[in-house]
Amino acid sequence: MLKLRSLAKSFGGPHGRRVLTNLDLEVSRGEYVAIMGESGVGKSTLLNLIAGLDRADEGSVELDGTDLHRLDDDALTLLRRRQIGFVFQAFHVLPYLSVFRNVALPLVLNGVAADEADRRVMDMLEAVALADRSQSMPREMSGGELQRIAIARALVHHPGLVLADEPTGNLDAESGAQVLRLLRERIVSGRAAGILVTHSRAAAATADRVLMLTATGLREAPA
Amino acid sequence: MIAAFQRRFGPALQTAFAIVIAPWQSQKGRLLVALVAIATGVALGYAVQLVNRAAVGELAQAIRFLAGEADLVVRGPRGGMDESLFPRLARMPGVAVASAMLEREVRPSGQTERLRVVAVDVFQAARIQPLLFPETADTMDVLREDTVFLSRAAAEWLGLRAGDSLALEAGRRDLRLRVAGIADAGDLRQRIALIDIAAAQKHFDAIGLITRVDIRLQPGADAARFLEALQRELPPGVYAESPDAAVRGAADPSRAYRVNLNVLALFALFTGGLLVFSTQALSVTRRRSQLALARVLGLSRRGLVRLIVAEGAAIGAAGALAGLAAGYLLAKALLVFVGADLGAGHFRGLEAALAPEPLAMVAYFSLGVAAAVLGSLIPALEAGRMQPAQALKPGDEQRVFERLRPAWPGLLLIAAGLALSQLGPVAGLPLPGYAAIAMLLFGTLALLPRFAAFALDRLPVPASSALQLALAQLRGAPGQATVSLAAVVAAVSLMVSMAIMVTSFRASLETWLDRVLPAELYLRTSAAGDTHGLSPDEQSRIAALPGVRRVEFLRSQQLLLDPQRPHVSLIGRELDPQQPHRDLPLVSESILPAHGKPPPIWASEIAAAIYGFDPGAEIEVPIAGRDVRFTVAGIWRDYARQNGALLIDRSLYVALTGDDNASDAGLWLAPGTDPGTLAAALRDALPGAQRIEIAQTAEIRRLSLGMFDRTFAVTYALEGVALLIALFGLSASIGGLVLARRREFGVLRHLGMTRKQIGAMLVAEGALLSGIGLAAGIALGWIVSLILIHVVNPQSFHWSMELHVPWLALGVFVAAVFALSTLTALVSGRQAMSAEAVRAVREDW
Repeated sequence: MLKLRSLAKSFGGPHGRRVLTNLDLEVSRGEYVAIMGESGVGKSTLLNLIAGLDRADEGSVELDGTDLHRLDDDALTLLRRRQIGFVFQAFHVLPYLSVFRNVALPLVLNGVAADEADRRVMDMLEAVALADRSQSMPREMSGGELQRIAIARALVHHPGLVLADEPTGNLDAESGAQVLRLLRERIVSGRAAGILVTHSRAAAATADRVLMLTATGLREAPA
Repeated sequence: MIAAFQRRFGPALQTAFAIVIAPWQSQKGRLLVALVAIATGVALGYAVQLVNRAAVGELAQAIRFLAGEADLVVRGPRGGMDESLFPRLARMPGVAVASAMLEREVRPSGQTERLRVVAVDVFQAARIQPLLFPETADTMDVLREDTVFLSRAAAEWLGLRAGDSLALEAGRRDLRLRVAGIADAGDLRQRIALIDIAAAQKHFDAIGLITRVDIRLQPGADAARFLEALQRELPPGVYAESPDAAVRGAADPSRAYRVNLNVLALFALFTGGLLVFSTQALSVTRRRSQLALARVLGLSRRGLVRLIVAEGAAIGAAGALAGLAAGYLLAKALLVFVGADLGAGHFRGLEAALAPEPLAMVAYFSLGVAAAVLGSLIPALEAGRMQPAQALKPGDEQRVFERLRPAWPGLLLIAAGLALSQLGPVAGLPLPGYAAIAMLLFGTLALLPRFAAFALDRLPVPASSALQLALAQLRGAPGQATVSLAAVVAAVSLMVSMAIMVTSFRASLETWLDRVLPAELYLRTSAAGDTHGLSPDEQSRIAALPGVRRVEFLRSQQLLLDPQRPHVSLIGRELDPQQPHRDLPLVSESILPAHGKPPPIWASEIAAAIYGFDPGAEIEVPIAGRDVRFTVAGIWRDYARQNGALLIDRSLYVALTGDDNASDAGLWLAPGTDPGTLAAALRDALPGAQRIEIAQTAEIRRLSLGMFDRTFAVTYALEGVALLIALFGLSASIGGLVLARRREFGVLRHLGMTRKQIGAMLVAEGALLSGIGLAAGIALGWIVSLILIHVVNPQSFHWSMELHVPWLALGVFVAAVFALSTLTALVSGRQAMSAEAVRAVREDW
């Protein structure tokens, strides 16, 4: 599903530095990978490159056989819309949309017919146990509930790849565990590839594979 | 000491700078717009104040200068009173000395403006007005018929020096006088020509007439008792007053006009305050987490409110200082290009000198600061109320606009505004009317979020995902409407209300001109200061001219009904008392006096409002030295005479005054007659006819409407400035909102919205917001226009008008503002499509 080959990225400016060097990674459908690393090592940059939000200096990013470097901004946007789901640490649920409409957003953007969209949104809300809160507004929800909305939004359009950045960073231990369980369950059942970026060993332990990002590249984390 | 100060306050100042000042560096544009708006309001208000103060001050100085050491001034009809009054007054017990005066306004050859000629008896004047005449080499010059003394302002205006010749148009004759000297009377800037009274009576056809008597009382005389005795001695229509009272009365006519201009300036200042509100509200929203952090670190709630209000005060102070400087320059420019009367025609012939006004400076500086402080207060209180823990959470700033405040304060303000609009004037000014407009504006702004929510809820959900999001965003954040639109609603309502008012006025003026100019050709003898007019023989010659089908003559004079007010015109013209509406634009019922009742008189709206002349009432009017009773037979509209007019049938006028001359004539032409040919024939038939103004109806209409348009050109310019500032404000607000929402745009880009879709979403939001702002602004503007037409204008200037809505102009205006504000949203939205928006999401990646 996802192939990174010899990926390298530097940042310019007066204090320019090389963040990623000679980085290779392959993630298959249904596989759930956790990436850990110290702050500033380039985890965010890596996610941006995978999502087509930034361009690498060297190497390639292939998603389902498509080389992202060959796509222009509009094509990258379309690819993100169809193929990628995002879960953010700060949830980023749109405050002016109801729970239902937040989850429906990717379907609306993908032009899914209204009836079909309604059914899929309700299925997904059932799956994250928020069906009875579909008409609530985000301000009425707790942190854990907001992250469950974000997970539903990330998966409702059946993306091939789900990128989750510290999805439990703003949650208590119990809500965090619930969110991680749900995330893994939905990624696996949806046959998507999942990448979880986290500082937490406990969170990383829910993934199939745990990788460490260092200045020299990605390596398997010690058990 | 500096080191101690730095030790004590340095860290605190640095922290304050980091939290308060530094964030402004990224909002220079918004800051500048708010500053300019405050500066504009302060500049306009201060300039109007400076010019008016200079004009009124100069006028007062001129009155005091002419009054000299007089304790009382006796005045009557402008045409003059019998000079036999003078010896009677001079001989009254208690009078130390009296000085008679004859005043005329005449046009120097080649000039369009008139020169005030003051004629005195030098021997009497020397004892009351010793400074009046300058020293001259030949003392007999003050008595010669052919000499004149000019004030310095008059000499500079005419470019004359002692020894030069001054040519005047004395009625239909040419008058040439030798300038015997220049009166360097201190700082007096009024254009005055001084001449011997006997010579003036001869030159200006005023034998036996005087217009004023100055009286100095004997030391120890009881002034109040003397005034009572004097008033009994004076014929009707002649009044005595102190020079100070005359000063107050002279400044009075300009008061309503000045207050109107000041209100316009306050409106600009208010728009500035709204822009500060909008800027501060957005700034506080953007800095929500920093401010919450400051609260967590120990800044008290009150301290935070003070900090934000202090920011507003700093913006206001900077804007006000710039405004004061700009106001002074503007006042200078206004004096040069518009004149001391600011185009209202109250202070003709006055050359006012400008001087900074410390009190006015303090007042307008305070107003500028107050507008900005008030603009900052709501955002400051909002920030003071926030829960720091909640506000520190990412995305909390987006919740600020979600809340809908209760509707009752807005409804209460609107109800108060409507109630105030029903009240009468206070101290002769439409203060309740202005307060009503302010209440309606505040009420509308308070209800704006609810209005926005109401309107948006009724819109159908569009098919496009970008438009769906735009609609959802606005529905979810109704509070945003107030922040973005407050200044635009204020400016649009001002523009719309003024457009409707001016159009109504112009259309009413056109209709009025049609009614009062039924003839095809008009001639006027008084333009050059001719008080004699057309004799009966000349009138007959005009009527007998080939091509004249019908001719109507009228005669007018200026009466004094109240010494505290300007002269009122008394007009004698041919009129059918049975059918006055055929000749007069009546605005009241027509009452034909019953048999045995006093004869009819028709009062202009202004005269009726000022003196309380109601239809059917019996009133006394001082004509030819005696009080004559009349029945008010109706009220008519008169836009020409600002100080009021009374009209009676000409035959009655002749019977009462013995004056059968005419000052104006209207001519109906026989079929096939060329107006130009007839005008030439008129000039041939009348001696000195080159001084007579002859004009065709179309030309008078064109000149009148041109004058009207010029008067309101300044108003249009001011409105344009207010709207431009408001549009900049909208641009700044949308730009600020885009910045505040950059994380949201970043999320949407992550979820797969293209730049074009986000652009379309922002344009749709801009269009919807502008639509709401325009709808609210137009509705408010329409209501305000009704208050301007039916309350403010009648109470300020005592004239009425019919409502005329300039549909086409309003349509063009709405389309232009809509297009501009939508374009503004698009331009501001470019920031949302930049890479920075995507990066904003990565703050937690």
